[in-house]
This record gives sequence, structure tokens and C-alpha cells, in this order.
Amino acid sequence: MRRIITATVQNRSGVLNRVTGLLHKRQFNIESISVGRTETESISKMTFVVEVPDFQKLEQMIKQLHKQIDVLKVSDITDKAIVARELALIKVVSNSQIRNEIQGIIEPFRASIIDVSRDSLTVQVTGKTDKVEALIELLRPYGIKELARTGLTAFLRGHQPQVTEIPDYSILK
Amino acid sequence: MSVEAKAGTRTETNTRTGADLLVESLIREGVDTLFGYPGGAVLPIYDALYKAKESFHHVLSRHEQGAIHAAEGYARVSGKPGVVIATSGPGATNLVTGITDAMMDSLPLVVFTGQVARHVIGTDAFQEADVMGITTPITKHNYQVQSMSDLPRIVKEAFHIATTGRKGPVLVDIPKDIAASLQEDSYDTTFQLPGYQPTTKPNPLQIKKLADAIAKAKKPVLLAGAGVLHGKASSSLKAFAVKYSLPVTTTLLGLGSFPGDHKLSLGMAGMHGTYAANMALYECDLLINIGARFDDRLTGNLKHFAKYATVAHIDIDPAEIGKNVETKIPIVSDSKEALTEMHSMIQESPRHQDWLEQLEAYKKEYPLFYENADKEVSPQWLVEAIYKETEGKAIITTDVGQHQMWAAQYYTFANPDKWVTSGGLGTMGFGFPAAIGAQLAKPDETVVALVGDGGFQMTLQELSLLQDKGLPVKVIIMNNEALGMVRQWQESFYEERYSESLLPVQPDFVKLAESYHIRGFKVETKDELEQVMPEVFAYSGPVVLDCRVLNLENVYPMIAPGKGLHEMIGVKP
Ligand SMILES: Cc1cc2nc3c(=O)[nH]c(=O)nc-3n(C[C@H](O)[C@H](O)[C@H](O)COP(=O)(O)OP(=O)(O)OC[C@H]3O[C@@H](n4cnc5c(N)ncnc54)[C@H](O)[C@@H]3O)c2cc1C
Ligand SMILES: Cc1ncc(C[n+]2csc(CCOP(=O)(O)OP(=O)(O)O)c2C)c(N)n1
Repeated sequence: MRRIITATVQNRSGVLNRVTGLLHKRQFNIESISVGRTETESISKMTFVVEVPDFQKLEQMIKQLHKQIDVLKVSDITDKAIVARELALIKVVSNSQIRNEIQGIIEPFRASIIDVSRDSLTVQVTGKTDKVEALIELLRPYGIKELARTGLTAFLRGHQPQVTEIPDYSILK
Repeated sequence: MSVEAKAGTRTETNTRTGADLLVESLIREGVDTLFGYPGGAVLPIYDALYKAKESFHHVLSRHEQGAIHAAEGYARVSGKPGVVIATSGPGATNLVTGITDAMMDSLPLVVFTGQVARHVIGTDAFQEADVMGITTPITKHNYQVQSMSDLPRIVKEAFHIATTGRKGPVLVDIPKDIAASLQEDSYDTTFQLPGYQPTTKPNPLQIKKLADAIAKAKKPVLLAGAGVLHGKASSSLKAFAVKYSLPVTTTLLGLGSFPGDHKLSLGMAGMHGTYAANMALYECDLLINIGARFDDRLTGNLKHFAKYATVAHIDIDPAEIGKNVETKIPIVSDSKEALTEMHSMIQESPRHQDWLEQLEAYKKEYPLFYENADKEVSPQWLVEAIYKETEGKAIITTDVGQHQMWAAQYYTFANPDKWVTSGGLGTMGFGFPAAIGAQLAKPDETVVALVGDGGFQMTLQELSLLQDKGLPVKVIIMNNEALGMVRQWQESFYEERYSESLLPVQPDFVKLAESYHIRGFKVETKDELEQVMPEVFAYSGPVVLDCRVLNLENVYPMIAPGKGLHEMIGVKP
């Protein structure tokens, strides 16, 4: 199953290596990872999208991350009310004739063209992963020359509905 | 020198080198023994140590691996952190095995490595190695000091992290220019570790759940692991087990946490554990694990492990709970805290007399056994002879292999902190240097290094230390002219194809010992062994005893790979 995990970490040298090394060593598959600073100086936030086989492995991953000295907080926010976004840059083969056609495709996605050359253009799209992927699929027939994605970043919405469900063996602290 | 006395003098000298600051930090941490080896990048540190000579006992090993295993042995028997110093590059990489070993077995170490100067880090400078990169996955935490003013705080944090919660190795990498630079210092050790708050007190609700489960259980069993020893909880464990008549089995690393000669003791469980212990784990309806991490050598095939039981697990590391075995009653806590809390919780006395009788019958019906050779020395008999001669009171360190298992089976430990062995990593070469550290920590106790002829040859250069430091370690080589454990597996699972596991060519260990000015003995028969044994232990100095044993003896009982605890082989003659 695919889970979205966030980790608040102390912004010390090597912390990214610690976290990714740990996930690698314990055979957790990272689909994407994004890291950046937060509102607090010296604190960064990481968002991972991971593929785990079951809840037991998921719990193990969270606990192992939590054990790292530089990791302050780890949350699995998959089932919470969240805002989650990623950004993709897609360079598509195009010429002046099909530029308008592409414009028409990307408009419903609220994507924009941010660079144009004689034989290509670059689309920027932001949104949930499935939206980004849908757009990529629509653009694929034109020929994608280059694709770069940031990976998902996410956090909780301001308001959470009052249900939390934790398996009873869980002692996530 | 007391911490206070030194702290009082600190304002007097305010221009010092980084190395001086390090030395003061070590003194303040109460360190008096250092295991190390010098080199270019740590020259400033060794110079500062020279000036502070009277504060430390520095043990100069003959290989960095020897230094770190000695530090592990020291930590294991004393409970204090072992402190290691090595130079950059090869000095640091020679520590890797020992650091990993300490990580696996949760031993508190603080390791200082020299590093090339800051301005050349990353340029493949002479003797540069990416020690941070190499040791991140094998340490509890590691640091590279980036400025001299951070040094006292980092050292303080390092000792704190190494010795609290689930203990483990912490490494501090010190660039040479920081150690050498002369600066006005402000000795500031204030630290905050918001991401490191180990839970040591149990949740009372979970304790209540466990108490209820104990009251109801018909077939309860306690599994005691190294966490009991780390928590200094042996006497609490005994009181608890006795009060509620709970049978106790231990892991390899939990030996000594509960007296092996007690009526309630089932002995060690796992791959080479006793029938009674393994069947207790298989048949029980309540399994209370205190400080064991359910290693695969203990559990065998997880599909069959404790399959009829409600599992309770007390562990200071939440990540160990539920990792391998589904746990109904998780208790994140220090072992002693939890045992103390539980002691008064249970209202009803449990009723499980039938179960105790059943286990007693298993013990009688399926005891450990071996065929005692007439003339030659059976390896098990050698262990029994050591037990007899030392009255079961020695500190025993072992290497890895058959001799390790026989020591675990036949040297019945009645007390904690007498057993030093490499469990998780299974590091050959560990046993002998670990004995040196143990002897330094406990100068008045008898320390025996029981080693195989294979493993001893991995770190025997440390014989120099016995001579150098006058340490009366008794090295006993259980010599089967083979890498016995490997040979056993080849016999059992590879149709006796002894591929590279026989060692017919042997050094003359007696002469070897003598060349280090150590007394050496060689025995080939029981008679000879009985003759020299008293001499070995009566003599006040170090001894190397090359004891030839039956070459083809196997360790039993055994659980073959992939099998469950109830599928032991070799349980009866
Ligand atoms: C050749 C060979 C054969 C082996 N055969 C066997 C065998 O037959 N049986 C066997 O058991 N092992 C065997 N082992 C050893 C095995 O690999 C493991 O090392 C061992 O089982 C681990 O024991 P443990 O869980 O008690 O200790 P550790 O691995 O040291 O784990 C200690 C646990 O206690 C916890 N802890 C630490 N401090 C505290 C505290 N203060 N309070 C509470 N909890 C704490 C830790 O978090 C950890 O979970 C063998 C090893 C070798 C090399
Ligand atoms: C460093 C290292 N290399 C290899 C092994 C694999 N191994 C485990 S036991 C063993 C044989 C040990 O032989 P010996 O030291 O003679 O002890 P014995 O089993 O004969 O008692 C080997 C090679 C290991 N555990 N550690």
C-alpha cells in the first residue's frame, strides 16, 4: 500500500542521508521524497511517499524513523484530511501549429506554459499526484522530451474530522 | 581527579587546544580507561593525553579491532561506556566491525576518530575516509565536529546518547585542525535533544493488562533477554518470577539475568537451546518477553513461534515491539521499572502447577547430553572442567562458533554480567580482546577467554597486552583443528563436503605464548587436562592453554534453519 509520511527533522548535516539510508537498509521503498525548510529555523520537513506491504511494516518504518536522534516527529497522514501537492515540469515536443492544441489540454488542469522554443514547450503543473499523472499521460502522445517531478509535499488541513483509528498493537509515540 | 575539582580549574586556563578540551570533557565524564591507537590525525589528541597521563589508563591495542572489542568487553561487564580512539582513514575503518557488533548487541561505546583537516575534507586527502557515511548505519548516532566551541557539548551528548535508553555506540569524528587549534574557549555543555526522549516508565494500563493476563494464564513463561542485564534488573526478575512461580528461559545474551541453577530456570532457548525452554516457548499460552528482541536464532521459524500464546513484550525500544512477533501487550519501559511496577500489581496468585510439572518432566526427560570420550577431551567436558575449576564464578568471554554454544550450554551462570559474547553480529575475533577489556574492568575477578582455534587467530596479536598490562586472562583454546561451526553445518547440510573449514596446520600455541612471555600449555587428553587445570588457575599471571578436543563433535540440540522451536533435532542420545 502507498502511504504518505511526514517527518519533522532537525536541520543538521547528514540528516537526509540518515533518513534515506535507514529506509534503504530496512528495505522500504521510497517512491518520492521532498525536503525543505519550515516556518521554524533549523527545522526541516520531509514528505515521503512509500510503498509498504502491510500495517506491521508501516508501523516498523515509522518507529525506526522516530528512533533517529535528529527526527522530531513522524506522522502517517495518508488517512487524514490533508493538502498534498507536487509540481512537475514537462518538456513536450511542439511547434507553432500544435501549441494551441496543448494549451487547450492543459487548461482544465490549471497548468501553465513557462518556456517555449522553436520545437518544444515546457508545462508546469501543480496538484495531487493523480492529477499530475493524468496530465502527463495526455501529453505523452506529443512526445515528452524531459520530465522532472518534485515528489509530493503535504500537511494536515486546519480542520480534522474527529476519527482516529490506531491498530491495538500500535504504540506509536 | 574529580569532576568538581577539574570544573573549578577551568577558568584558569582559557586558551587551549581542541584536544585539551576533549581531554577535559573525558575527565568530566568520569572516563578513566581508554582503548586506542595513535596516528597522524589524532597526534594532537595523543599529545593532550600525554599531558594528562595521570588521569587515564590508556590501553594501546595492537590493532584497532582489538581496541574496540576490548572496549566492548569492558562495557559489558562494567555497565560503563567503553571509550575508543583511532586515527583517520584506516584507523577508523578498522573499527567498523566492532562498532557494528556494539550496535547489534546494544553496548555503550563512545568512539573518537581523527579526521583530516576541515579545509581538505572531500578532496581524497591522505588517510581521509568518509567515516560519517560509513558509520551512519552502524551507530546509534554520530557527529563530525565543525567548530571547537561545539566540542564539549558534542562529547556530553555522545556519552548521554550512548548510555541511556537502548544503549549503543556513538561516534565523534574530529578534524585534525580542530584538535590542534589554539583558541580561547568557553566550556559550554548545555544541550537539548528534543528528538531523543527515551521512555523508561511503563504505562500503568498496559501493566494492568499484563497482570490480568498472568492471573489467567495456565501456561505462562518468561523470556529474559539482555535488556534485563542492561536495566540491572536481575534481582527484580528473580523476585518476580519466584513470587508468581513463573518459569524462565533466557536468550544467549540474557544468560545470567536469571540464575541458571534455579528451579524455575529452563535454560537457554533458541537454535541451540534446551528442549524444555523451546517447548515452553512453543506450548505456552502467555509469553512475557523482558528485554529480548526476538532474534531469528531465538525464534526459529516465526510461523510456529509461540503460536498459542498471548505475547507481552517489555522493551525500552518501541521499534523492537511488534517487529518480528505480533504483540498483544506492548510495554515500552526499562526492564527494572516495569518489573518493579508489576511486582505489586497482581492480585491473584496464578495457578499453573500442571504446567510447572510438565516443564519439570521435560527437563528430566530431555536434558542436555553428550557422549563423554574416554581418553580424549570432549569439548563439552572441557567447559564443565572450567566450570568446576572456577566454581562457576568466572567471567567467561567467548568467540563465535561451537565453543560459544557449548559455553552457553554448560557453564551455568548464576549471576549477571559474567558472560561476554558476540550475539547479534557473531564476530569471530571478538572473544580474546573482549576478555582484556573485561579483566581491566574487573581486575580482581577470574576472566577466561574461551576461544576456537579459528577465531583466536583473528585477533591474537593482543597477546602483547597481557604481557604489557600484566593481565591474568586465561585463554583457553578449544582446539578442534577446524572452523567447527562451519564444519558442523557442512556435515549436516552439505553432505560432509568440508570446503575450506579444516585447519590441520596449526601454530605451536605454546611457543607463541612464550614468545609473548606468557605461560603456555598444550593438552591432548583428559588426564593431562585434569593435571594442568589447577595450575592454569592457581597461577597469578596470564596463561594460554591449547586444549585439543574431539574434532568431529557437533552442537546439539539444534533447530535446523527454517524449522520451528518444536522441531529440534538431537534431543536424545
Ligand atoms: C553461533 C550463534 C548461535 C546463536 N544461537 C542462539 C540461540 O540458540 N539462542 C539465542 O537466544 N540466541 C542465539 N544467538 C544469539 C542471537 O543471534 C541474538 O544475539 C540473541 O538472541 C539476542 O539476545 P537478546 O534479544 O536478549 O539481546 P539483544 O540483541 O542485546 O537485545 C536486547 C533487547 O533488550 C532491549 N533493552 C535494552 N536495554 C533495555 C532496558 N534497560 N530495559 C528493557 N529493555 C532493554 C533492547 O531494546 C533489545 O530489544 C546465537 C548467536 C550466534 C553467533
Ligand atoms: C569474522 C567472521 N568470519 C566468519 C564467520 C563465520 N563463522 C561462524 S562460526 C565459524 C567457525 C569458527 O571456528 P572456530 O573459531 O575454530 O570455533 P569453533 O566453531 O571450532 O568452536 C565461522 C567461520 C564469523 N562468524 N565471523
